[in-house]
Amino acid sequence: MDIPGLALGLTPDEWTAIALSLRVAAVATVASLGPGLAVAWLLARKRFPGRSLLDGLVHLPLILPPVVTGYLLLLAFGRRGTFGAALAEIGIVLSFRWTGAALACAVMGFPLMVRAMRLSIEAVDRRVEQAAATLGASPWAVFRTVTLPLALPGVLAGAVLAFAKAMGEFGATITFVSNIPGETQTLPSAIYSLTQVPGGEAGALRLTLVSVALSMAALLASELLARRLARRLGAG
Amino acid sequence: MSLRFEAALARGAFRLDVAFTAPSGLTALFGPSGSGKTTVIDCLAGLARPDRGRIVVDGRTLLDTQGGIAIPVHRRRIGVVFQEARLLPHLSVRQNLDYGRRFFARGDAESPGLGFDDVVGLLGIGHLLDRRPAGLSGGEGQRVAIGRALLSRPRLLLMDEPLAALDAARKAEILPLIERLRDAAGLPIVYVSHAVSEVARLADTLVVLEAGRVAAAGPAETLLRSGELGPEHAAQGGSRLDMVVAGHDSASGLTRLSGAVGTLSVPRLDRAVGTAVRLLVPARDVLVAIEIPVGLSARNVLAGTVRDLAPLGDGAVRVTLACGGVALAARLTQASVRDLALTPGRPVFAVVKSVAFDPQGIGTGGSTAPVEI
Repeated sequence: MDIPGLALGLTPDEWTAIALSLRVAAVATVASLGPGLAVAWLLARKRFPGRSLLDGLVHLPLILPPVVTGYLLLLAFGRRGTFGAALAEIGIVLSFRWTGAALACAVMGFPLMVRAMRLSIEAVDRRVEQAAATLGASPWAVFRTVTLPLALPGVLAGAVLAFAKAMGEFGATITFVSNIPGETQTLPSAIYSLTQVPGGEAGALRLTLVSVALSMAALLASELLARRLARRLGAG
Repeated sequence: MSLRFEAALARGAFRLDVAFTAPSGLTALFGPSGSGKTTVIDCLAGLARPDRGRIVVDGRTLLDTQGGIAIPVHRRRIGVVFQEARLLPHLSVRQNLDYGRRFFARGDAESPGLGFDDVVGLLGIGHLLDRRPAGLSGGEGQRVAIGRALLSRPRLLLMDEPLAALDAARKAEILPLIERLRDAAGLPIVYVSHAVSEVARLADTLVVLEAGRVAAAGPAETLLRSGELGPEHAAQGGSRLDMVVAGHDSASGLTRLSGAVGTLSVPRLDRAVGTAVRLLVPARDVLVAIEIPVGLSARNVLAGTVRDLAPLGDGAVRVTLACGGVALAARLTQASVRDLALTPGRPVFAVVKSVAFDPQGIGTGGSTAPVEI
C-alpha cells in the first residue's frame, strides 16, 4: 500500500500544517456541536423575543467578509479585547494561538452547522414528540430520545460541513491569529505562504492535493454514515 | 375516578367553551368535525393550554388557570391514543411499548396496572415485537399505540378517534379490545368519536359537542334514547338494549335474542348461545299499536306501557315506552299520538322494525346500518 504523503514527498513543515489543520478543525467541530444543536433546536422549535436577532447573528459570518469576522474576533478576543483580557486572567489566550484558529474556524463554520441541524430538527414529526411527552418524557428526554436520534443524519451532515469549512478557513483565521508556522499556520495558510515564495509552487500543489483528498474523504464518510442511519430508521 | 373539565380558549375564529363532569367508565365526546373534540383532548393531555380553565382528574388538579396550576404533559399520567399511531419510528415495537417505563418515578413500576405480557396478550401483538413501526399495517400500529399508552400506567386514557384511519375489518378487530379495557382493566377512558354506532356500543357517559360548546351531556343511554346527539344525528337516536343470544332457528335462519325488554328475532347472528349483544333500536323504527297487531309483516312485537311523551319540535313526538322495565323510545307524528290517544300509563304494543348491532355483531362484519327484522 502506498502512503500518499511519501509519494507526494511532503516536507516536515507541510506535515505540521496538515496535522495542525486536522486538530484545529476537529476541535472547532466538536466544540461547536453542543452550542450548534442548542441554537438549531431553539430556532427550529421555539418562538421567543429576539429569535430573528439570534438567527441573524448566527448567519452573519456567512455574509460578512471573513477578514471582518477575523478582525471582530481580534477586537473581542485579542489580548486587550473585551473578552480576551478577562480570559487571559484565567490563563486562556486565544490570539495568535492554535486555539484562536479553532475559535475562528468554529465561528465561520457555525452557520453551516446550525442550518443543517435546524432543517433536520424541523423535519422531525412534532406529533411523535408530543406522543413521547404523553408517555412521560420531559422536554429534555424528548430531545434526547426522539428529536436527536431522528435528526441524527442532518446533525452529522452539519458537523461534516463545519469540519470541511474549518479545513478550508483562511480569511478570518489569518486576520485573527496570523500565520505562524507550527502554531497557527493551517493548510490554507501554508498554501498561501508557499505561493508567496519563489519555488513554492510544488509544495502548494502537494498541499492542494492533500486538501482535496481530505475534503472528499470527509464527504464520503458522512455519506456512508447517513446511509447506515437511514437504514436503521427504515423498515426492518 | 371522576373528571371535571372546564376550559375556554380562542384560536382564530374558533371558540371553545366547554364544561362537563364524568364519572368513571367510558366517556364519549361526540360531535361533528370542528366541534372541538380534539381540542378538549389536547387540553386534557396538556398539549393545548386553555385561556381559562380548570381540569381535575380523580381529585388531582391538572390545570387551574386562576390558581396558577398547569401540570406539564409528561407529569399528567394521561395516556393518549391518537388518530394515527404516532409510534417512534427509530425504535422497535418492543422498545415503543417499553418507552414509558423509563420515565416511571420510583414506586410506579410496582403500582397496580397491566404488565407487559398482559398487554401484549390482550392486544395480540406478540408476533410484532421485533418489527419496526414502518413495517406495520394501520391496525397493527394502532394496537401497538394502545399498548404503549397502557404500559405508561396512565390514570386516564384518551382516545382521539382511534379507529378513524382504519377500515371496517380493522375497526371490528379493535372495538372489542376497547370494550375489554373499559370492563376488565377498569381504566377510565375519554373516547372521541363522530360515529353513533361506536358511541352506542362503548359509551357510559356521553358529551355532545356542537361548535365548541356542550350541546348535551349525561348518561349515554338517556341521550341516545332522547336523540340528543346534535342536529345531524338526532334521527339516529334510539334505545340501547343489552340482550343475550337465546337460540338459533336454522329453519327460518333467525336468531332469538332475549332481554328484560322481551324477545326479538333477528337475521342469523354468528354468535354462540349465551353471548351478550348490545344493540340500538332506532326510535324512528319503532311503531306503536294500541291493540295487539294482526296481519303485520313485522314479527317483533313487545308489550309495554306509555311512560312519557315529549314533543320534538318538528311535528314529531318522542314516546317513551316501558317494556319489561326497559325504556324504549318511539318517534311518532303528533297526529298519530292524537289518533291513538296515547297518554302516560296506557298499555300499548311496540312493533320493532329494525335494530342496529355493533359493527361486529353481524357475522359478515362491517355493517353498522340498522337491519330490518
